[in-house]
Amino acid sequence: MSTNEQPALLEVRGLTKTFTATPALSEVDFTLYPGEVHAVLGENGAGKSTLIKVITGVYKRDAGTIHLNGKLIEPRSPGHAQELGISAVYQEINLIPTLSVAENLYVGRQPRFLGMVSMQLMNKKARKLLKTFNIDIDVTRDLSSYSIAIQQIVAIVRGVDLSAKILILDEPTSSLDRHEVETLFSVIRSLKEHGIGILLITHFLDQVYEISDRITVLRNGRKVGEHLTKELPRAKLISEMLGREFTETLGKRSNQITNSDSKHDTFLDIKGFAKRGMIEPFDLEIKKGEIVGLAGLLGSGRTEMGHLVFGINRSEKGEAYVESKKVKISSPRKAIRYGFGLCPEDRKVEGLIADLTIRENIILALQAKLGWYRHIPYKRQEQYADEMIEALHIVTTDAEKPVRELSGGNQQKVILARWLVSNPELLILDEPTRGIDIGAHAEIINIIKRLAKEGKALMVISSELAEVVDYSDRVVVLRDRKKLTELTGDEISEDAIMQAIAEK
Amino acid sequence: MKSRFFPLLVTFLVFSAIYAYCYYHFSSFGSMRVVCNLLRDNAHLGIAAIGMTFVIISGGIDLSVGSVIAFTGVFCALMITREGMDPYLVFAIVLGMGTIFGAVMGVFIYYFKIPAFIVTLSGMFLARGMAYVLTTESIRITHPLYIRVSKLVYIFPDKGRFTFAAGAFLAVLVIGIYLAHFTRFGRNVYAIGGNDTAALMMGVPVGRTTIMVYTLSSFLATFAGIVLSLSKRSGDSTITVGAEMDIIAAVVIGGTLLTGGVGYVIGTFIGVLLPGVIRTYLTLEGSLSPWWIKIVVGGLLFGFIAMQKLLSTRPKLFSFRRQVRPTTVSTA
Amino acid sequence: MVEMEKQVLTPVNENKSQKATNFKWRNIFRGDNRALWTILALIIILLADRMVSPTFFTVRMINGRLTGSLINTLDGAAPIILLSIGMTLVIATKGVDLSVGAVMAICAAVSAVLINRHEAGSDNILYYPGFVIAIAILVGALCGLWNGILVALFDIQPIIATLILMVAGRGIAQMITDGQSPTYTDETLAFMGQGTIFGMPFPVYVAIIALVVVYLLVRRTALGLLIESVGINAKASHYTGVNATVIKLFVYIISGICAAIAGLIVAGENTYADPHTAGMWSELDAIVAVVIGGTLLSGGRFSLVLSAMGALIIQSLRIGLYISDLHPNANLVVKAIVILLVLLLQSKEFKQAVGRLFKPVLKLRPVFK
Repeated sequence: MSTNEQPALLEVRGLTKTFTATPALSEVDFTLYPGEVHAVLGENGAGKSTLIKVITGVYKRDAGTIHLNGKLIEPRSPGHAQELGISAVYQEINLIPTLSVAENLYVGRQPRFLGMVSMQLMNKKARKLLKTFNIDIDVTRDLSSYSIAIQQIVAIVRGVDLSAKILILDEPTSSLDRHEVETLFSVIRSLKEHGIGILLITHFLDQVYEISDRITVLRNGRKVGEHLTKELPRAKLISEMLGREFTETLGKRSNQITNSDSKHDTFLDIKGFAKRGMIEPFDLEIKKGEIVGLAGLLGSGRTEMGHLVFGINRSEKGEAYVESKKVKISSPRKAIRYGFGLCPEDRKVEGLIADLTIRENIILALQAKLGWYRHIPYKRQEQYADEMIEALHIVTTDAEKPVRELSGGNQQKVILARWLVSNPELLILDEPTRGIDIGAHAEIINIIKRLAKEGKALMVISSELAEVVDYSDRVVVLRDRKKLTELTGDEISEDAIMQAIAEK
Repeated sequence: MKSRFFPLLVTFLVFSAIYAYCYYHFSSFGSMRVVCNLLRDNAHLGIAAIGMTFVIISGGIDLSVGSVIAFTGVFCALMITREGMDPYLVFAIVLGMGTIFGAVMGVFIYYFKIPAFIVTLSGMFLARGMAYVLTTESIRITHPLYIRVSKLVYIFPDKGRFTFAAGAFLAVLVIGIYLAHFTRFGRNVYAIGGNDTAALMMGVPVGRTTIMVYTLSSFLATFAGIVLSLSKRSGDSTITVGAEMDIIAAVVIGGTLLTGGVGYVIGTFIGVLLPGVIRTYLTLEGSLSPWWIKIVVGGLLFGFIAMQKLLSTRPKLFSFRRQVRPTTVSTA
Repeated sequence: MVEMEKQVLTPVNENKSQKATNFKWRNIFRGDNRALWTILALIIILLADRMVSPTFFTVRMINGRLTGSLINTLDGAAPIILLSIGMTLVIATKGVDLSVGAVMAICAAVSAVLINRHEAGSDNILYYPGFVIAIAILVGALCGLWNGILVALFDIQPIIATLILMVAGRGIAQMITDGQSPTYTDETLAFMGQGTIFGMPFPVYVAIIALVVVYLLVRRTALGLLIESVGINAKASHYTGVNATVIKLFVYIISGICAAIAGLIVAGENTYADPHTAGMWSELDAIVAVVIGGTLLSGGRFSLVLSAMGALIIQSLRIGLYISDLHPNANLVVKAIVILLVLLLQSKEFKQAVGRLFKPVLKLRPVFK
């Protein structure tokens, strides 16, 4: 810990928060000084958002203390936290797009003149307020007519104007381009000068080094380190985030059959796919029987790459070839027709049809592919379901149970089963092992390997480095929405991946 | 160009064009007589439509207003004529009932999270059913007060009769504009319609405002019922069937976005008068059939909804920069 | 960890044989235990009707026509059942069709105007009764297609999209009949509303046939599954390759066709088409029938049979109130109360609120264990 002559603005000690038996935060300490930008970094499940939610009073803490300016505080709600002087601005901007900028700044506290809400007064005040941050825009225009960056700045200014001493910024830059990030950063710098303490959460390491003064790393709900930014080398930061030491060689490669030989045909060849605000141009080639792992930190563009390949987001440029034939992947339906399948990251929202039965969920992709008129007979459906329940060891009494009643691991298997039944050539798996128990975890990895042996092309996105190293024939490394490099064969190791991510 | 004003501008232009066309064919459209009749004939629709404007701006819908108007008329007629009660007392009672009715619907919508459309649909059945239960006859009201109100007329030099109903309509219009633009309640309604979760995070009392919106709508519908009863001097449970659809159409044609958050009370005023103008034209013209009103209103409704869709999906046309929706990036 | 234990303990698919027998029932009543409530409600209302009128279940054959309150209930429910079939599918996709009443009026008007030309002596084959019925149904399908295009292709909220036709539809119907309520004498069209086969009113057959046909159409093809899938989770369905556009077009077209047939029945009953009142408020009856039938307004699993029962419940209520000494005009009030009760029982928030209210009572439970 560095010494700081000023007294701390916010002092969090021994913070613990448990959700149904699993601790999301255990004994976390966090200190924020006035006029500093303190970045909190960590991978999925590290506890970043739980930390923010406890500080802003969304969740009640189970143990620990929060001191603001030396006084013990008990934030009950985001509103209460705001009264205390803690404001939060989220990536999903919580403003009202249909109101003017000025109104957004003063919703709920509109200035009144003779008992009437006065727009003139409000606009005047808004203009003055924004001037203090060197922002000069027409405050009478709809908020939605401005860029995300400006909207974000309006949210920040609103937060600060509500007598904020502490500002929490959650992923403020994730949909901004370089120029917009500059604008935002200049506002952040001017906030620092005003003595405001800023807690920053971001996936962009370059930006962390550019703007932050101090870094706290969380992993699995614990604090693993606190450093001054200028004293922390990138490689060390990444190893702390991923929980792997560079010297150790964890995770042996089991997949020694190098499928990347020329004897295997290329299934998919992508040249220069890109989408503004999502991912920079990349090339990607996947052969039949090959497992391509996508490695990178959270927010590095792994999921976005998968979405572009599967047609969920349409690529703005570039070309795609399936078995050397040029194709246009304009929607998931098209992608499925070319033989693709995708197990999404967010099972509940993007994968499962929760109220339908296991059987119906399993046959859905195949049925959608066949069209509504070529109905799979119920007998056949039951066969498919039973086969899959057996093959993937889905734990259930029968196939007629609504899928929402299954556990996470079994739900994941149902989605896998859905694609296996429809027999795709390329399967994109986004975090297939997240949030599932150890037994199911190993099984899913076995399924992945088996599929590759059967000649399927696989694209696996995972934040578990050991896992990626274990099964991948080739690893694509991403950082800050950009494909950095590819590792093949013996080059693949956790060290090499971390090195690649850390490289400037 | 502020895109918020765009639908209102279109409404205004369409209205002006139609009015000008009518004036070109029948110069009587320039007289106070036509103007006063327009105000009088559409007063009850207009008053209820101003309440509906708030509901739609808040992102909801109220299907019960037509039935509430009818119920109020029947209730007033029954109480005043059959029971011989004092009209002022009856008005107070019925306004109280309307207010509670709206508040209860608001509670169902906000606290029990039942879709507004089905809650107010039940409200529509309930109010209409109560009116039927009271009586299915048409009851005349001959109370002296009603006679006195009918004599409250300002007569323009060209024999245009500015009635009480027209006056009440304009008064509610002014109050509506004041509520929408110069009170925190009004601004909160806009905020909720724009994004209710954000509004909640920004400290807007979403629950209270939602309930107040439905309360206001029912209150104004009740008031519209009283005004209609005063000008018709009767109560009939079969009137204003389907009026809610005309009212919703008027609000949308007035430039209010059905998705909520954007709209103007003054636009609703124009939206209510537009079918009236067309009706007057058809009457004067004589050869055209009256069903054209419904078809034209339907057409206008389609036009405005299509325009709203264009505005919301391609704001590039009308505003400085397209809003880029943040893509869902996994958060821990 | 608990999971892994289970995995060891539970043999996979232990009761395959049992499953096969349950399976078909489930398929007809897609609503799990929701089916029970709807059936129970129907039985209670029928019994209440019996109490009000001892002759409720008495069916007599008079002049080759079955008569009695029960037959009247079935006959009167037929148009609502037809509408509720289309409405169920629409609501299952998270939509709603407010225009069915107006579509009924349009199709009734079309049939009356065309058959009038036939009666006036026109030889045009298109004016023959069979063709008239086909054209009216086609017009209904086109109305449905219009709604479907607005919802599926233009992505307009269903309430709003169908509101357009609801507002304009009656005007169109009046335009078709030139503002009149044309009467006709054609027997084929009259048979649609008044005819009997083996003494049973023809509309009852139409409703049953429509129910069976649409049931087979959605359950013997994948349509039912895909409709539910789109209604439950549109995003996941999109990712799985379900073509929501086609599904939505389909359900609105079916709804339009059902409305057209209902319009023909209503017109046939009176042998005239009144563009003002034909199908008035039927859209609301249909929505209520679907809600009572247990299909959630938020879309998802649906049961056509239960919706038809919902329609029967509405009609039994109406007839019951009509024959009882109770106020005959209380029908709407009772209907409103029924909907509110059903909605409250479906509302999670309401259950929680009630739960909080009775918490002290519930807390005592373990003592009795």
